Amino acid sequence: MAGSTLVIKDLHVAIEDKEIIKGLDLEIKPGEFHAVMGPNGAGKSTLASAIMGHPKYEITSGTVTMDGKDVLEMEVDERAKAGLFLAMQYPSEISGVTNADFLRSAINAKREEGNEIPLMQFIKKLDKSMEYLEMDLNMAQRYLNEGFSGGEKKRNEILQLMMLEPSIAILDEIDSGLDIDALKVVSKGINAMRSNDFSCLIITHYQRLLNYITPDFVHVMIQGRIVKSGGPELAQRLEAEGYDWIKKELGIEDEIEVG
Amino acid sequence: MTTQVQYPFDQALIESFSVQNNEPDWFKNLRLAALEKIDVLPLPNPDRTKIDKWNFTHFQQHAQASSVYTNVDDLPEQVKSLINVEGGVKNLYVQHNQTAGFVSLSDELKQKGVIFTDLLTAVKEHGDLVQKYFMTNAVKVDENRLTAFHTALVNGGAFLYIPQNVQINEPIQTIFVHDNADAPLINHVLIVADKNSAVTYVENYFSLNDELEGIANIITEVIAQDNANVKFGAVDTLAKGVTTYVNRRGYAWRDARIEWALGLMNDGNTISDNTTNLHGDGSFADTKTVVVGRGKQIQNFTTRVIHHGKGTEGFILKHGVVKDNATTVFNGIGKIEHGASKSNAEQETRVLMLSDKARGDANPILLIDEDDVMAGHAASVGRVDPTQLYYLMSRGISKAEAERLIIYGFLAPVVNQLPVEGVKKQLTEVIERKVK
Repeated sequence: MAGSTLVIKDLHVAIEDKEIIKGLDLEIKPGEFHAVMGPNGAGKSTLASAIMGHPKYEITSGTVTMDGKDVLEMEVDERAKAGLFLAMQYPSEISGVTNADFLRSAINAKREEGNEIPLMQFIKKLDKSMEYLEMDLNMAQRYLNEGFSGGEKKRNEILQLMMLEPSIAILDEIDSGLDIDALKVVSKGINAMRSNDFSCLIITHYQRLLNYITPDFVHVMIQGRIVKSGGPELAQRLEAEGYDWIKKELGIEDEIEVG
Repeated sequence: MTTQVQYPFDQALIESFSVQNNEPDWFKNLRLAALEKIDVLPLPNPDRTKIDKWNFTHFQQHAQASSVYTNVDDLPEQVKSLINVEGGVKNLYVQHNQTAGFVSLSDELKQKGVIFTDLLTAVKEHGDLVQKYFMTNAVKVDENRLTAFHTALVNGGAFLYIPQNVQINEPIQTIFVHDNADAPLINHVLIVADKNSAVTYVENYFSLNDELEGIANIITEVIAQDNANVKFGAVDTLAKGVTTYVNRRGYAWRDARIEWALGLMNDGNTISDNTTNLHGDGSFADTKTVVVGRGKQIQNFTTRVIHHGKGTEGFILKHGVVKDNATTVFNGIGKIEHGASKSNAEQETRVLMLSDKARGDANPILLIDEDDVMAGHAASVGRVDPTQLYYLMSRGISKAEAERLIIYGFLAPVVNQLPVEGVKKQLTEVIERKVK
């Protein structure tokens, strides 16, 4: 795979008729790591869910394309097959379906019928990835995310990332709720994916994660728009000074909840 | 009800059937006494399902002599797929309609005193044991019209006895093949696990073709004596035209354990009663049931655990999928009798609706007549969770496959507990076929 380019133009997203994203532009080229940071309620997770196609979010206008193809026209599974991946903040629990069976179904869904991954090859890859993420190998036989701790769920998301090898991954607050050791392991998994064919959109509230995964670009999202972009040094300044200086610099006033 | 019903059977028919089988007098008399009660007794009364118009008692002929299977190769392919042929068939009974078609019990178990044979043979050869337990403890002859009908007309089944202290590792398997519409399946399985014994048993009821009609009246009694351990698995796949009354009962003595894993996958109208009586102190019941309702079928599944002994524990889990125009009622009853202190009754019923026209009803009931107990229930009726679907689809899995995985997972608790690989696989395939 030669990597993919994701282009978002003037995106507007609403949930239950309330507009959350209000005209957002972003372009991610093959091999690039972008971080989107912002205060709570800025619409970061909405952006992630909207790109993946969560049924709750409505795209009211704008475009999202991947290598020129209209992503918004695709079903959720087609987006995944096109190479998109979303590591979710709150992964679902699916009782009765083992992690291993689920992963195999997901891998085979991307392959042609008759070209399913050979079982041994699958097991080897799974074991190797789990060891890399320092996961208990028994977790392959546990039901998908059922009874997993917060940290285990996050690791399991990264395990899926490593197994499915998408061309573009969106990581939605993959660092939330992780202790420092788990954060290092999760980062290690993401860094292992780094190549010219793999790009990443890292959504985070904290700069902490970016100590372990160095982004090429940092974007600040406030009130549903990207208001400032820069390099890794921008993240450090945000960590040190918060978001107020940007608001001041750009003349953004806090929104007052009406109701 | 005073309407005069014309039944297709009478005393002469029962007597001649009994004589033909060389049944001992006590059994013949039991039949004839039961016959007298059929008209007097009411039908069973499954909560929330009206069955007075259903045909449970009318048939063309009482029994059909069907071919026997002299060796494993003769078995129909569908039967072969349920057994482990390669490992050598060990403990297996196959019944073809009403005919004992094939029976095998390993020498090792024979030497240990295990008895495993068709019911009508058991009545003759192990009369004392059968007489002691047949329709005495778990199910009573005069419970309702269908238990009396059953006793009067029983025409097939199996008997399994595990002597004291005998622990059987290999599963014991029975397969009841139905391919004749005229003769009813009035089938009785009696399992007696003596003190400190352990056994794993699995049974299949299935119609060889989908177009069959007829009636099935099935009673299973599991008697677990002190400290005995019985694991019971079943997969029912009777055809659309078969009306079924199935009553699986357990009776547990002190510290005994009975665990049920029931895949109730009939395509026809079905009334199922699965009751475990925790008679002895410290006894335990775990009952897991999965069902799929489809087409226009009407089904009622009552699962009941009755706590008599102190410190008894009963767990009920029921997961059902309902689609098309099917109606499915789930009654879960945990009953703690006065004196059964320190007992625990838990139940969970979940129903997944796959169509707007389907009807699903989860009806959890706790009846508690003792203060010092624990009890709990959870019930839900709903659709496939769209967030779960989204999650699976976000990994490239198609919507249809994602639904299949979720439904399969939902019904997995019973699949995983079945002891024979072939039966496990069969239930998986049946589920896939039915929910498609």
